[in-house]
Amino acid sequence: MLAAGLAIGAAAALPVAYLAITVGGSLDEAIDTLWRERTVRLVLRSVGLAGAVTVGSLALALPLAWLTARTDLPARRAWTVLTLLPLVIPSYIGAYLIVSALGPRGLVQDALEGPFGVERLPSIYGFSGALLTLVLFTYPLALLTVRAALGRLDPQLEEAARGMGRSGWGVYRSVILPQLAPAIGASALLVSLYALHDFGAVSILRFDSFTRVIYTAYGTGSRTAAAALASLLVIVMLAVVWLEGRTRRRRAYHRSAPGSARPVTIVALGRWRWPAVGLCASVVLLALVLPVGVLVYWSMQSVAGSPDWAAIGAGAGNSLIAAGMAAAVAAICALPVALLSVRFPGSAAALVERASYSGYALPGVVVALALVFFGTRVVPVLYQSLAMLVFAWVVLFLPQAIGSTRASLLQVSPRVEEAARSMGRSPLNVLRTVTAPLAASGVLAGAALVFLTAVKELPAALILAPIGFDTLSTEIWRATSVGFFERGAVPSLVLLVVSALPLYLLTARGQ
Amino acid sequence: MSVIESDGLSKSFGATTAVDGVDLLVERGMLCALLGPSGCGKTTTLRLIAGFERPDAGRVLVGERLVAGGGTFVAPERRRIGMVFQDYALFPHLSVEGNVAYALGRSPDRARVSEVLALVGLESLGDRHPHELSGGEQQRVALARAMAPSPEVILLDEPFSNLDAALRTRVRRELREILVAAEMTALFVTHDQEEALSLADRVAVMRNGRIEQEGTPEEVYGRPRTHWVADFLGDAESVPGVAAGGAVECELGRFPIPKELEGDVDVLVRPESVALGAGPAPGRDRSHEGVVVAREYYGHDQLVVVELASGRRLRSRSMGFPIWHPGDRVRVWIEGPVNALAAEPASAPR
Repeated sequence: MLAAGLAIGAAAALPVAYLAITVGGSLDEAIDTLWRERTVRLVLRSVGLAGAVTVGSLALALPLAWLTARTDLPARRAWTVLTLLPLVIPSYIGAYLIVSALGPRGLVQDALEGPFGVERLPSIYGFSGALLTLVLFTYPLALLTVRAALGRLDPQLEEAARGMGRSGWGVYRSVILPQLAPAIGASALLVSLYALHDFGAVSILRFDSFTRVIYTAYGTGSRTAAAALASLLVIVMLAVVWLEGRTRRRRAYHRSAPGSARPVTIVALGRWRWPAVGLCASVVLLALVLPVGVLVYWSMQSVAGSPDWAAIGAGAGNSLIAAGMAAAVAAICALPVALLSVRFPGSAAALVERASYSGYALPGVVVALALVFFGTRVVPVLYQSLAMLVFAWVVLFLPQAIGSTRASLLQVSPRVEEAARSMGRSPLNVLRTVTAPLAASGVLAGAALVFLTAVKELPAALILAPIGFDTLSTEIWRATSVGFFERGAVPSLVLLVVSALPLYLLTARGQ
Repeated sequence: MSVIESDGLSKSFGATTAVDGVDLLVERGMLCALLGPSGCGKTTTLRLIAGFERPDAGRVLVGERLVAGGGTFVAPERRRIGMVFQDYALFPHLSVEGNVAYALGRSPDRARVSEVLALVGLESLGDRHPHELSGGEQQRVALARAMAPSPEVILLDEPFSNLDAALRTRVRRELREILVAAEMTALFVTHDQEEALSLADRVAVMRNGRIEQEGTPEEVYGRPRTHWVADFLGDAESVPGVAAGGAVECELGRFPIPKELEGDVDVLVRPESVALGAGPAPGRDRSHEGVVVAREYYGHDQLVVVELASGRRLRSRSMGFPIWHPGDRVRVWIEGPVNALAAEPASAPR
């Protein structure tokens, strides 16, 4: 178990290690690249964007979570699904749709030009466009986390607080918010890392944040500069993770009290019902109806002009194969790491877990670049092979699989495993017959999550996919980055459908 | 023949010594209780016997086979021990039958599953899942599951603590009947002296990681070897006396004592040995004047505090009748055997 864990941890840490080696190999040049004023501006720009996106996402997610989880909002179940759905729209598709709708010579301007003679809209490119796009497509991450935490709160605690004379808002402030703090912290981490990771949206919206600058440097052949900037980005992200970790405390999560949990209480909205519906509707309109409408419009245009179905089919097949492989490998690798951390906590387990989480702090661009360096110099056989892409995705998304597996393992009481041991079963047999079935839902959810993220992933696919191996995401990128909105539409639609399926399974399980 | 034997069993967690040289012997067919206050090391002892902890020192033998100590450590799955956990630890993903069949290995014998379920009276609930059962039923599933492979011994960790008080007495009786019917040997851990005395054939009283006294329920209750055991197992008044030649003399009278004690002793008087009467006791050469100072009424019995002429206060437990009131003048005498211990400097730790 420990050996397996150590091997997985080492593999996950390989890209960072190799990046460090690359930078260390030409340290003077790297320092030259970074020791400029524009580096400071780059850091400020990227961190500023991440901070603004985090605030914006939480500002949307907190009220939506409360409305859909704890109130008598009309058509609550429908809003729950609708407000989460933008999660399936990858940022680069969202950005492309927003540019094609709101950009110069876009659909909105087109529509306004005829009757009103509008020739220019405020520019969508730059900070405001990137902020809008990222908020619209990251708030569901925060919503999902906070909503789940709201649903898990023990209603007895609220009742106890009421019994002690606290009223509605007082209960929220003194009991609910403190209990939500871990979920809010986790959401903030998730969203800010997403914003720092993001490559597609900032590239399409021409906002020079880290990932775009790194990719440009790599594209123009200055590998050392790309590696140096990538290392700096990793340091920035580690700082964010460290900040979040400082706000977290250790707790036990499995229920210790006997009996079953009662369902949460529902708040009546009264005259606030319709304003609440208005809020949900405007978010859904902006984040879901508008982009999907635009996408459907372009798709119809495209289908009318006979698209290249063979290429789209091949792209879809390639995406499914590669993402499916990554999901399976990640789920298998997650089990020993999660088991170590849950059942044998200690310094070795902590080391393995931390190494396995390195993908958390690594943007796709960085992992892909590190693997390009590693592939070309150390294992040329693997360079330009599918294995390289799958490996990159496993490194990137292993934390999701571990998190989900770990959470379900935490709910398996160690007494249950001991009971099985006392009935003559070996530790491995207990793992197979008791622990694994009980944790299966978590392992599956982890695999589905990895699949969902991998199938949408852009930069690693762009950099590492073998020549001729086009995935849906690279096809979309190639079409839209040069303004062929029509050509990107059908692959985008296929991608949305493919990635919506696991999300549906995940939420169906969660009910 | 011993089913469990431990010598000098010890276990520390960091600086805390949980189990400190425990010698334990459980004979075949016996129902034994490991009784002690919380934190005395009784659950750790149980886990050492089951193999969930490794002892720092000492040996454990199960069925006269060395399973721990002297460089040997047999994994829990190979000790032939059945375990019933405090929270039952039923497998939530398996039905009642599935839980029992699991204990029987890869190709479980269906007949044995039904047989064991019938033994615990759950034959009709085989398809249910654990969360659909009441606490008492869950406990019987846990017991059936532990008994199914016919282990050498069944270990039970606080088996009644998750049941409400009303259910506890009934479940206790059922558990004893099931274990006796199956001719099982069992060792259970409890902090409740009433549970230990009423259920077990033998009781080992544990304190601070050591076994303070071991014997039948009558022995540990009636002839405690230390003040602490006397106190832990029930109320006891300590009256100073002088022992000589198999008898003890104290202000309550002269009593035969079973031990070869000489000199200063403490005579231990349990409330149920203190009898009260309106007039002199029939056929008693010594009874004492007393005044009732307090009374607690429990329905089935009552606890009366009397003050003797010497100022000594005694508690008397008797049936709910006659009704005494504070201020009543009564005669007080001792009924049944008394026990004496060598005097403790700080005696009567109440």
